Amino acid sequence: MAEILIKNGFVIDPSRKINGDVMDVAIKDDKIVEKVGSGAKVIDAKGKVVMAGAVDVHAHVAGPKVNAGRLMRPEDKLFKSPDAQEHYRMEMGFSIPSTFKTGYDYARMGYAFVMEAAMPPLHSPHVHEEIHDTPIIDEAALPVFANNWFVMEYLKNNEIDNAAAYVAWIIAATKGYGIKLVNPGGTAAWAWGLNCLGINDPVPFYDITPAEIITGLIKTNEYLGLPHSVHIHQNSLGDPGNYTVTLDSLKLAEGVKARNKFGRDSVMHSTHIQFHSYGGDSWANFESKAKEVMEYVNTQKNITVDLGCVTLDETTTMTADGPFEHHLNNLNHLKWANVDVELETAAGVVPYVYDKNIKVCGIQWAIGLELGLYAKDPMRTFITTDHPNAGPFIRYPRIIKWLMSQKAREATLDTFKYKDKVIDATNIHGMDRELTLYEVAQMTRTGPAKALGLSHMYGGLSAGLDANVGVFDLNVKNMPSDPEMIEKALLRASWFIKSGQIVVKDGEITGHGNKRTVWVNAKVKANPQVTRDINEKFLKNYTVGIGNYPVWDALAPNPLVIDIDAEA
Amino acid sequence: MATITLKPFKTPELIIECNNITPDAFAGKTPAEIAELEIFEGKVREKLGDFFSVTGSSGKTAAETDILIDGDCSRVKYIGSKMTAGTITVNGNADMYVGGWMKGGKIHVKGNVDSFCGIAMEGGEIEVDGNAGNYVGCAYRGDWRGMRGGTIHIHGNAGNDIGTFMLGGTIIIDKNAFIHVSTHAEGGTVVIKGDVEGRVGGQMVKGDIYVFGNVQYMLPGFKEIDRVRKEIAGESATFRQYIGDLGERHPKSKGKEIYANLYVKASA
Ligand SMILES: [Zn+2]
Repeated sequence: MAEILIKNGFVIDPSRKINGDVMDVAIKDDKIVEKVGSGAKVIDAKGKVVMAGAVDVHAHVAGPKVNAGRLMRPEDKLFKSPDAQEHYRMEMGFSIPSTFKTGYDYARMGYAFVMEAAMPPLHSPHVHEEIHDTPIIDEAALPVFANNWFVMEYLKNNEIDNAAAYVAWIIAATKGYGIKLVNPGGTAAWAWGLNCLGINDPVPFYDITPAEIITGLIKTNEYLGLPHSVHIHQNSLGDPGNYTVTLDSLKLAEGVKARNKFGRDSVMHSTHIQFHSYGGDSWANFESKAKEVMEYVNTQKNITVDLGCVTLDETTTMTADGPFEHHLNNLNHLKWANVDVELETAAGVVPYVYDKNIKVCGIQWAIGLELGLYAKDPMRTFITTDHPNAGPFIRYPRIIKWLMSQKAREATLDTFKYKDKVIDATNIHGMDRELTLYEVAQMTRTGPAKALGLSHMYGGLSAGLDANVGVFDLNVKNMPSDPEMIEKALLRASWFIKSGQIVVKDGEITGHGNKRTVWVNAKVKANPQVTRDINEKFLKNYTVGIGNYPVWDALAPNPLVIDIDAEA
Repeated sequence: MATITLKPFKTPELIIECNNITPDAFAGKTPAEIAELEIFEGKVREKLGDFFSVTGSSGKTAAETDILIDGDCSRVKYIGSKMTAGTITVNGNADMYVGGWMKGGKIHVKGNVDSFCGIAMEGGEIEVDGNAGNYVGCAYRGDWRGMRGGTIHIHGNAGNDIGTFMLGGTIIIDKNAFIHVSTHAEGGTVVIKGDVEGRVGGQMVKGDIYVFGNVQYMLPGFKEIDRVRKEIAGESATFRQYIGDLGERHPKSKGKEIYANLYVKASA
């Protein structure tokens, strides 16, 4: 590694409110610096956009359910995998790409960091093996907690200090990053073939409600002072009329203040909110409630969201929301995988075709984009597809195209078989807001970095931050009239520098980078009761011994550990 | 019509993958240009002309182009893959995936074909004078969208997994077949003139199967409901009609439940 100078590009860096000024960006080793010497390698970015490496707040890219998807869907690779290439590894798959394709494609789009959004703690070694096998991009993973026996028992009795001691132990043992909630209580109910569709439905056997689990885990998160807020997939995902459940659970964050040392203001991240903004009471009168949901989010400064946009592709759904996948399989009769993860969680996998000739799919597409367009604060609204649930991550540039161009949206709407019915059930038609690249940079870089408590490393181009810099063939002073050019430019960066190494040139991979695993080590004071509970449950209930449970260091050979002292 | 003749002159060390042997790829090209077309031997890119001599002339369009492969293609995969029109004749055997994902035109193989003949076919015609391996007219591994249209006629025997996930079209096997016929099918017709060992119509939702010989082991999910006289594949006979698979879901059409039909020729 050495010095690099990216000269004369249009710099877009919302972290410093820089919007298209022609500037240089200097890199020394793996950090951005104020200036470099005359011997630095010069990259001419004249007429091109320069942005920080992007940050994906939510994607399913590593672990047992991703691999279950790969195993059950060999057809995902058919005619969708490039031929062998000379210097780099084979790339395979579309919605569930191989680990190498995952790393390469994110890098080609200028992504520096990706959060694996649901890690079953028991299977965390597998998650880390796949993360380690995914080149270039830094990754972290969120262990799931909202259906965990320990958590439900502690929170039922309002024992936040015990919940915090347990959560801190799991995050360290799994080399995880924070607290993920998936269908709180509903996945635990699924063990009995049941579900919790409202936040006040009692969880069978546990005498606790989803609302109490959510509130308790928010308190736990702020007790520990974790870098990220709780990250929640609400109850009743994908059901017509679910927007009221969404608003009810968002309201649980009202009045709660963030307590952390990472510059994070939010206390709840509500993920793939497209799947949770549905009106109507059946698929017949299914409609968008994007406006109602986003108007609430706009007023609540301590909530962040990501969109979960439907991309109109054939894809693979996968979630720890076990009962939802069963429900989906009953709708489309395709393949279904289901797994129970002992005391912790469950998961399901079902292929899904978002067909533009199906009315509901068109409405879902519109809802995702409406949410982005109604958002008043791009620093709290992030672009995702809940990869691969609403579409594969390689469609991010397409979503950006739709958000930046009314012409592109209307052109897609024109291809729908039930265009008029989609228009009747949504507000997308005629919405004239067109996001700017600055707002896109907030939604894909500065905003998610802040929500994850990672602004000290990612999301900007200030001296001292990690040297993750993308150069894209877009002229901000003369943006293309053809929206397709936006997608094309963002899909394949002209240059991408990750941790100071040039890993992409002219859209092609040129290096395997210096991939890191980011994890949080939260220190709490010794808690003999929780230690005893953990030992007892491992003896009585788990199929593995406690000694075989934690992720050993060799599985994360290039770690970036964030230490926290919850007592300090 | 114009004909391009390919004559194999070298046996490949690995089996070669020749997705480019189609009237679509050859149309409008000179023999020299056709010889330059890319093929794969394992992961190595090679040229068609490394293994075949190319003579004759191609038509302007696929529909005006006939291809004659004058020799053995036992180590050549993907002949006629995705072709839309025109014809291919093989004077010998062919390896796997003959006519895979084919949309139109005709392929005639005078010898045997290996497995996956007519996989996920959408239209056109495949005729094989000899035997076929496994997976005639099946879906790609994992896919739920199998053969949708066209006709496959095997004059000899076929192996297992015929018409898996079939949605439309016709498969005719003149002699015997092994196991798994029309598994998961939701349409289409399979005719077996000889015997089948068993597992006929497992998880089948819709579509028709005709067996002129014996089904050695019937699946328990099929129920005999009638005796009918039918004409199929040029022959008329009396069949025992079964419906099934009773263990599968049964979609409704106009208020009536839909079943797949299995017709087994009644002994005289
Ligand atoms: Zn997700």
